[in-house]
Amino acid sequence: MATLNLKINGRTHSVDVEEDTPLLWVLRDHLGLVGTKYSCGIAQCGACTVHLNGEAIFSCSMPVSSLASSDEVTTIEGLSEDGDHPVQKAWEEIDVAQCGYCQAGQIMNAAAFLDKNPSPSMEEIENAMNRNICRCGTYHKIREAVAKAAKI
Amino acid sequence: MGTLTKTNRRDFLKIAGTTAGGLFIGFNWLACDSPKMEVLTNEEILAQAKNFNAYLSISPSGDVVIYSPNPELGQNIKTSFPMVVAEELDADWKRVRVIQANLDTEKFDRQLTGGSGAMPHSWERLRKAGATARYLLVAAAAKEWGVPAAEITTDAGMIYHKGSGKEASYGDMATAASMLEAPEEVTFKDKKDFKIIGTPVKNVENAAIFTGKPLFGLDFYREGMMHAMIQRPPFGMKIKSVDDSATRAVAGISDVLTFDNSVAIIGNSTWPLMKAKKLLKVEYEADGLVESTSDHDRLFREMLDNGKAEERRRDGNVEMAFKNAAQVVAAEYQCPFLSHSPMEPMNFFAHVKENSAELIGPTQTPDRAASAAAEILGIPKENITVEITRLGGGFGRRLRADYVEEAVKVSKMINAPVKVTWSREDDITGGAYRPAVRYRFEAALDAEGNMVGYKLKGAGINAGNSTRQDNFPSGAVDNVLIESIDHKSPITTNPWRAPITNFLAYAEQSFLDEVAIAAKKDPVEFRLNLLEKAKANPVGGELGYDADRMIGVIKTAAEKSNWGKDPNVSQGFSVYFSHRTYVAQVADIVMENGSPVLKKITAATDCGMVINPTGANHQVRGGIVDGMGHAMYGNLTFEAGLPIQKNFDKYRLIRMKEVPQVDVHYVDSGFDPTGLGEPALPPTGGAVANAIYKATERRLRSQPFIEQKEFQDIKLEIRRA
Repeated sequence: MATLNLKINGRTHSVDVEEDTPLLWVLRDHLGLVGTKYSCGIAQCGACTVHLNGEAIFSCSMPVSSLASSDEVTTIEGLSEDGDHPVQKAWEEIDVAQCGYCQAGQIMNAAAFLDKNPSPSMEEIENAMNRNICRCGTYHKIREAVAKAAKI
Repeated sequence: MGTLTKTNRRDFLKIAGTTAGGLFIGFNWLACDSPKMEVLTNEEILAQAKNFNAYLSISPSGDVVIYSPNPELGQNIKTSFPMVVAEELDADWKRVRVIQANLDTEKFDRQLTGGSGAMPHSWERLRKAGATARYLLVAAAAKEWGVPAAEITTDAGMIYHKGSGKEASYGDMATAASMLEAPEEVTFKDKKDFKIIGTPVKNVENAAIFTGKPLFGLDFYREGMMHAMIQRPPFGMKIKSVDDSATRAVAGISDVLTFDNSVAIIGNSTWPLMKAKKLLKVEYEADGLVESTSDHDRLFREMLDNGKAEERRRDGNVEMAFKNAAQVVAAEYQCPFLSHSPMEPMNFFAHVKENSAELIGPTQTPDRAASAAAEILGIPKENITVEITRLGGGFGRRLRADYVEEAVKVSKMINAPVKVTWSREDDITGGAYRPAVRYRFEAALDAEGNMVGYKLKGAGINAGNSTRQDNFPSGAVDNVLIESIDHKSPITTNPWRAPITNFLAYAEQSFLDEVAIAAKKDPVEFRLNLLEKAKANPVGGELGYDADRMIGVIKTAAEKSNWGKDPNVSQGFSVYFSHRTYVAQVADIVMENGSPVLKKITAATDCGMVINPTGANHQVRGGIVDGMGHAMYGNLTFEAGLPIQKNFDKYRLIRMKEVPQVDVHYVDSGFDPTGLGEPALPPTGGAVANAIYKATERRLRSQPFIEQKEFQDIKLEIRRA
């Protein structure tokens, strides 16, 4: 057991957890930030995507003890104040979701990608979004929404 | 184009009885009871509105609360059902709030998601709910204003009387209207006057989904709740011994309990359970058949060659037709087991108390969950509440109550509220799969290339009847024999999106392509000729499908895809009728730098009236992506009763870059709406396989395509047009 200080969505949280606990389960079970989803647990599907210092990472495979106290984690709950991040707005406008379970991870991946590449080609969008699985098959709309967000 | 479909009080029993889940609750929700209107006085009551007993509520502030009874798993029912109510109510959609209803067998019937059956079942009921409330609001205004109701009009939540210039909002009249007696009969709007139905309406839960609000079963937490994970046996095995010493030593683990051939690990949070479960040592021994995929290969051969199959349909003189045939075409097709793999793994919360139980979680069949819990606990079903969360996908897996039963048992054993979570590995290895099936097809052609005989024998592993004996081309061929045979396996199976037809359609539509080519006929013309024949002279009596509607989607798909017009495009055709909806698809492959590139799938759908174009496009595109993904990549194989693929690293799901362009078209046949959750999936595998044949002359007779030796040197690429 270790007491760790984590900077999440701009606030510092102190948690007592085993050091090997993945960031995903700290967020969900210990901090009540359940927007970040569990699906595969082995960094294959992207449902657990969060930002670590602006990079999209798989939180299911990131032991919480590997984070430094200066590291900044952003989850879907902290992406914007009022759900009005350009990616969220585009997702609403294009009406992307079916079941919706994977969409937080898709949004977080898209947001980190567009930060680095604000005017991507469709091919670049497809390459970037290929790491997130959507079992409902909303890929056409995800693609469209990322392109839309780039223009907002 | 035939008469409109009608739903009446009697045939809802019939419709419900034919759905995948086969479950219905024998109470007719609105046809016999008019909706009672509850008046909500303020926001606080609105927020608690799910505890009300009414289906439709209107507050004096003008807010309309519509309860959506059916579980939402991405089919968008939580948006499309209220759209129908709001349309007939003439509500202002901006003032509509939608609340997921809990299980309530008094108020709702068929409170389940399965068989693409909700909309055809409820269409008239929903219209009646809205129309009845509108009638009462108008009647209240007529009474208050002293004018004839016939002179009153409504629009977007407002009531008008032109003669006197009086107007009021629905909120103004809500209290008075709720005191009036509901009429026996109400008049529905003319469909040409629809303002909400037929327009693109956004998912009512978008904001919550896109900001990460707790919506799903796995997101449910309660103070004092325990967590549990369960070790389940391989299929056909039972526990011989359990060594839980290392498991118990993990910090955060409070108990390890053996029950019903399973071992439950109890703890205070999820991660310790995941670690502890890996340390659990369970020895198993055979308890019946312990099967591997190699056994299934042998069983298929035995069943098809020597098995005593059940005759499902026989028309004409099949033996004579094949004896006299100028040409016989024969082929076998096979499809593997598949996992449902919704993105949200199985989970459920249960709190078993003295003489009651509280159940919360993602289920397609809340009533089955309640019944199962009542039986386990030996308490009346009325004492069990089921709160339906949003489902992170279902695909048929959550029609089964096994994961609810486990939560009930664990809560009872530990005498505490508990959430049972399945890891992805538990979810893939824990059972209830799409069954594996092999089909043997034979077709007899006369000298002119007409199909005069058709035989299909389906051999399944826990598939039940793996054929659909009355589907096309039955009715269009004079001599037909359809048989099925099934092997009872300990490997559990369950309806999987478009049960049976999700693989039968691929096999049948690929085989018909082979027959058309053998007959030297264009695959589209070949099907159209058969359908014209079925129309003119249906073999075996009434057809199991509407030939005109099937012709309609075939012609539309052919036209929209420029079928046969471009010699540089290799096209594959497929058409299927399932779940009351007709879908035809064309896949386009273009050769680029010597490689075949799958560019586009064009779909034509006849689902009757389209309620929500956005939602409909989602279902058609999603069904096609799903059908293509599993045809290309999906495979679950077994070794000694255990799946070899345990997670998404080996169990491959389709990704963004593997999806072609999908063009969606609808045929407006004038019929009432049918469901769309499933019907777009079945034709896809056949369309893709037939296009691959056209481009490469490689016939893919087994799924997944990427694992077939015929596919290895094709190097198929997928790139949007």
